[in-house]
Amino acid sequence: MSKRTADSASRSGADEKSATGVIDQLPNDAPSGATLQQEKANVKRQQKARADKIAPDALIELYRQMLLIRRFEEKCAEAYSMGKIGGFCHLYIGQEAVAVGSISAIRKDDYVMTSYRDHGHAIAKGTSPDAVMAELFGKATGCSKGKGGSMHLFDKSVNFLGGHAIVGGQIPLATGVAYASKYQGTDQVTLCFFGEAAVNQGAFHESLNMAQLWKVPCIYICENNQYGMGTSQQRAMSLQDIAQKACAYEIASEFVDGMDVLAVREATVRAVERARKDSLPSLIEVRTYRFMGHSMSDPGNYRTRAEIERYQQRDPIKIFGETLKEEKVIDHAKLEEMDKAIREIVEHAVRFADESPEPAPEELYTDVYANPITPGQ
Amino acid sequence: MAVITIREALNQALREEMLRDENVFLMGEEVAEYQGAYKVTKGLLQELGPKRVIDTPITELGFAGLGVGAAMAGLRPVIEFMTFNFSILATDQIVNSAAKMLYMSGGQFNVPIVFRGPGGSAFQVSSQHSQALESWYSYFPGLKVVMPSTPADAKGLLKSSIRDDDPVIFIEQERMYGNKGEVPDDLDFTIPLGVADIKREGKDATIIARSLTVPLALKAAETLQQQGVSCEVIDPRTIRPLDIDTIIESVKKTNRVVIAEEAHPFCGVAGEISAEIMERAFDYLDAPVKRISGVDVPMPYAKNLENLALPTVEQIIAAVREVAYLD
Repeated sequence: MSKRTADSASRSGADEKSATGVIDQLPNDAPSGATLQQEKANVKRQQKARADKIAPDALIELYRQMLLIRRFEEKCAEAYSMGKIGGFCHLYIGQEAVAVGSISAIRKDDYVMTSYRDHGHAIAKGTSPDAVMAELFGKATGCSKGKGGSMHLFDKSVNFLGGHAIVGGQIPLATGVAYASKYQGTDQVTLCFFGEAAVNQGAFHESLNMAQLWKVPCIYICENNQYGMGTSQQRAMSLQDIAQKACAYEIASEFVDGMDVLAVREATVRAVERARKDSLPSLIEVRTYRFMGHSMSDPGNYRTRAEIERYQQRDPIKIFGETLKEEKVIDHAKLEEMDKAIREIVEHAVRFADESPEPAPEELYTDVYANPITPGQ
Repeated sequence: MAVITIREALNQALREEMLRDENVFLMGEEVAEYQGAYKVTKGLLQELGPKRVIDTPITELGFAGLGVGAAMAGLRPVIEFMTFNFSILATDQIVNSAAKMLYMSGGQFNVPIVFRGPGGSAFQVSSQHSQALESWYSYFPGLKVVMPSTPADAKGLLKSSIRDDDPVIFIEQERMYGNKGEVPDDLDFTIPLGVADIKREGKDATIIARSLTVPLALKAAETLQQQGVSCEVIDPRTIRPLDIDTIIESVKKTNRVVIAEEAHPFCGVAGEISAEIMERAFDYLDAPVKRISGVDVPMPYAKNLENLALPTVEQIIAAVREVAYLD
């Protein structure tokens, strides 16, 4: 049955609409009418309680990964505007806590599969920023040899299974990966990420039905950033409580604050335990927000400045940094030092990508078939 | 060699390959407890158990995608569509996932999967259950498309398809499941993909046929022989990759070509083969390539209309006589 966390109690506020017509209640929102400062204080209070249960080094690593993704994505925006990255480029800025929090809760040999907004997941799973940037630059050293691009990052060495660009298409695939783990008798689990707009696809419902029917260890993580491209969730979804949809398939579900890396991590830990021990699927709805447009070509006219600024107050990296400082896990100077080191990593990735060769022309014809057949032989 | 039906030959191929490799599993609607909607999977659940033979909900996109994901993680799924008409719901996973995974992952994730089931026309089931989709799937690089016309080909090609490391679309013909023929008993009997078979040798005209039209072409060739016309009948067996060399060799010998198919003519496989012949053997042609295809309408229900929509032996005979300038 659907399990809701205590945090989700205030979700009843889901019916309250903001001036922009967008549901903006986070699960740990203060009562309606609270000031931004009160809201933020509320988030931090909960985050601090969670931080107490985690080793300082692990907390710092979570922060480091989120900041690495942030700086990486900022650099992508820059490189895109310089024409170094082509095609579609969907940035993860604002959503870093989701990939980092959830992937920190699994093992290296577990699987991750996601949509086209995939840079953050690849990096969080362990793909080197060099290989990701080189892929974005269309270079031979890219993690998909320059054949996939931004939307199709793959890295078999860390069990990162892509990068899928048809909305919802990765949900049956991830279900199959988890099905294989069960078939093979391993205790690996699969994290399957998708946006809230994918929930309206048949693929989502078909997958959840099969997952519970056959008890596969797949954890479905819906990154609800509230917009499918330019269409708000409210304009696209009849029942907007996504976690509740799990009831239709008797799948355990939770609704968590995606701006709190530790809340995401805790929920994933619970789901991983269900998956690993009992081979059961879970659905986690993570409320998050992208600070950038849908893609680099999106001016974002469908959202108000005020709405974006309000969510920026909840910036998952900023809030977590403050929590770490206030809890004396790390000081300001160390954070600055970390930021500097990260900027160097990202600069290195850009240099690596820039200096890497383009794929050889022969590569056009490779990797079409694993067993290429010369007809007639 | 035993004489068995195509249905039995497919059953043997599935059974043998599943016994040979425990990573092979069979999934689809009614494949297990019901024993297969067309009884192709009869007895497999009893012999191999529920882990290997899995009944699905009616959820084609879902289980096709699940199969592709399982293949990415090291298994070798055989996904049965009760009929290929229902594969239309799964085309996103077949085309966007299975066909392109290896390429867009830069060679990291191949997809060893077989999508199989009956396709083409059936008996009086009207428009939505009676259609040939091979030209759709053959269009996509990354897929292999196989269409057997005899029990031996069905068994040998299905075994090769299951052992292949790429996604294979394996289209059986609903009307042909009961057709009988000799099949080698050897457990290691396979037929390589991408190799056409000359079903009958001849010197005056080449008839290229696949699936349902192979027996029709052979009958036509028999009649034409009595009329003094020697026909070569070629069955490509694999549509992608197409063994065009065998076809071209035949064209160089006979200089006249008829292509028979039950599929619609527009943007079809016969059109493609015709273009390849024109590009590679134009100077050898003594007449334009002639196509005999299914009529360009949705399949009707009424028996008389259905018969009118499908290619016939008489049409093939007339086409050969036309390219041979006999009438």
